[in-house]
Amino acid sequence: MDQSVTTNLGSTVLAALGDAVNDVRIFRDEVTLITTKERVLEVLQHLRDVQHFEMLTDETCVDYYPREPRFGILYQLYSLSRNIRVRVKVMLGEYERTIPTACGVYTAANWLEREIYDLFGITFDGHPDLRRIMMPPGWEGHPLLKENPVKVEEVAFSFNRNRIDAEKPYARE
Amino acid sequence: MTVAEPQFQIEESPQNTVTASDTQLDITLDQLKKLVSPRALTGDTMLLNMGPQHPSTHGVLRLLLELDGETVISCVPDIGFLHTGIEKTHEGKNYTKGIVLTDRIDYLAPLICNLAYVGAVEKLVGVDVPIRAQYIRVILAELTRMNSHLVWLGTHALDIGAMSMFLYTFREREMLLDIFELVSGARMMTSYFRVGGLWRDVPDHFVDAVRNILKVFPQRLLDYEKLLRENPLWKERTVGVGVIGREDAIAYGMTGPSLRGSGVNYDVRKAMPYSSYDHFDFSVPLGSTGDVYDRYRCRMDEFYQSLKIIEQALDRLPNGPIVTDNRKVAPPPKHEIAYSMESLIHHFKLWTEGFHAPEGEVYHAVESGKGEFGVFISSDGGPKPRRVHFRAPSLCNLQALPHMSKGALIADIVGIVGSVDIVLGEVDR
Amino acid sequence: MGLEQKLGNMGVVTTSLEQAVGWARSNAIWPMLFGLACCAIEMMSTQASNYDMSRFGMELMRASPRQSDLMIVAGRVSRKMAPVLRNLYDQMPDPKWVIAMGDCASCGGVFNNYAVVQGVDEIVPVDVYVAGCPPRPEALIDGILKLQDKIKKEPLTKWQ
Repeated sequence: MDQSVTTNLGSTVLAALGDAVNDVRIFRDEVTLITTKERVLEVLQHLRDVQHFEMLTDETCVDYYPREPRFGILYQLYSLSRNIRVRVKVMLGEYERTIPTACGVYTAANWLEREIYDLFGITFDGHPDLRRIMMPPGWEGHPLLKENPVKVEEVAFSFNRNRIDAEKPYARE
Repeated sequence: MTVAEPQFQIEESPQNTVTASDTQLDITLDQLKKLVSPRALTGDTMLLNMGPQHPSTHGVLRLLLELDGETVISCVPDIGFLHTGIEKTHEGKNYTKGIVLTDRIDYLAPLICNLAYVGAVEKLVGVDVPIRAQYIRVILAELTRMNSHLVWLGTHALDIGAMSMFLYTFREREMLLDIFELVSGARMMTSYFRVGGLWRDVPDHFVDAVRNILKVFPQRLLDYEKLLRENPLWKERTVGVGVIGREDAIAYGMTGPSLRGSGVNYDVRKAMPYSSYDHFDFSVPLGSTGDVYDRYRCRMDEFYQSLKIIEQALDRLPNGPIVTDNRKVAPPPKHEIAYSMESLIHHFKLWTEGFHAPEGEVYHAVESGKGEFGVFISSDGGPKPRRVHFRAPSLCNLQALPHMSKGALIADIVGIVGSVDIVLGEVDR
Repeated sequence: MGLEQKLGNMGVVTTSLEQAVGWARSNAIWPMLFGLACCAIEMMSTQASNYDMSRFGMELMRASPRQSDLMIVAGRVSRKMAPVLRNLYDQMPDPKWVIAMGDCASCGGVFNNYAVVQGVDEIVPVDVYVAGCPPRPEALIDGILKLQDKIKKEPLTKWQ
């Protein structure tokens, strides 16, 4: 992508939306617009209708623990007509794990937000069908939070192999 | 079929839950009411469970179908039966070790997943890849695309009833797997690309082996076309089935041949060229109506474009290094370690800890066989990523399935599921 | 000397019931058509043109657990899939056997995390483990031949 396009995009969006966008960051030629959860729908609506970002490519969440605010919700948008990408980022604190849903603006957000709800425990206000999508319905907790360990089973070596094997729940007929 | 009796009982238990079958869909009645039409609760229409163990769901997809006779009123996909936690496992691996996991996301196109991941890391770290490595990456990525499309063609035709296609496509697929085995030693899980280049150079007879594919494939493709293209049974089952319009396809975030079947010209290889795809001359096949047949045509035409790209890349394959000389990212050659202290230190650092990436967030997308396969990496400045997220094309394409299957016949569901070419490893990750 | 000549000379062949039943069972295994992940693609390759599993008397994959007696667990088993898998196993009629195909099904493989069951032997009893990620078709065929040997040697007391 051309360098000038990215810088222009940041300044035009900043000019049009004013205080809805707190900050524009450019890293490796990728534009990230930082906004708040109160204004995010306004920003997305503007980007879709005025800036022609027709496609929500991706929506995901990052757990920045131990930094505060802890969670970042990221919307990756793509414009078919202008062939550019932009990222919108909303930071959420430890105790405000809720954000308005983007389903009304982009239909594609439906399952992506269900995935974030399932794996991170962020709830989406006004989501039409907020259920777990990846984990079983009765699962407790949200696995991708940083407090959960990456590994679940102890790695077996010759000194602990027998103990691990004895503790392993083998199935019966 | 005028069976009005529901397949399983829906009754309000004290906890207000519905046990949709003896397996798992434990959702409350209120949630179910939002997903199916009100007629389902009176027993007027039939709720039918399809999957997760069903031969035509391409793995472990589960569908809850609401049927009026043979017509599908609504379709509720239930995914996650292959959820592997790859994104979490990435948090415990350094950037080089992470390549291994990406093979297992889209296991029909492992090299394209490798390419997306190493591309994202290269963007994050800021290394350039030598031109020879880029060309070899292109050749292997296009072979992988053909591999992915061959499995799609075989299974899709098998679902609809053209049994022999499966045997033909898997015969040709073995030829491609032989190439992957030649370069990497593994048939499917290759992990051949490294950050900054390739694991090792291709063997001498690689070019001849790929040229052999270029020689054989046009004839084989002709055979496929003879079997299906104008076959009246095939057209009866595919033309006008599972239609999705241009605007809807964009709104659902569909990409790849499923989007191009609806006539939207979006191919990441053309739009934002990576790995020197802009050096090659190829076109993007487009459909018009967005039905199953158009999506089939788009993929079939992509075979010819892939062959065209491979031929150009082979003709212009330059000599030179296959991995970057940035020693902070790529390990030094073995002979250098013997006399250079600095190389030894680099080698030690790379194999014990891995390289540190600068703090930041990048998104890199490539065109996989299914659509735009994107990798998002958030780095905290250490040797392991803070978060790796994969933008799976199959997930977004599958999301449009309820829209496409509304009003279709139940026998067409397998055709529609086949035509969006999902791979569940990628949907669930 | 072939069997026909023996038959011609003696008229009958004596064998134990165990051996006869084991021989019959081992050469008519009906695997269940049930793929999970990457290994399922290699399982398909095993049945397809180049490798052709039907040479060993098991070309008939059944999609219904009630008609099959071999479950090839091809791929990683997630926590969400585990009850479904056990359910399928319980629906299979006795006698039945299980092959854990690939590293993920055998021990969790590279996925030591919250989502993947660390070896399918936590859910169903496994007879043969096939290593590889994914195993080559030859490896799967070898696993099946190993299972056939095992079935042939199964003692009378183990019959169900």
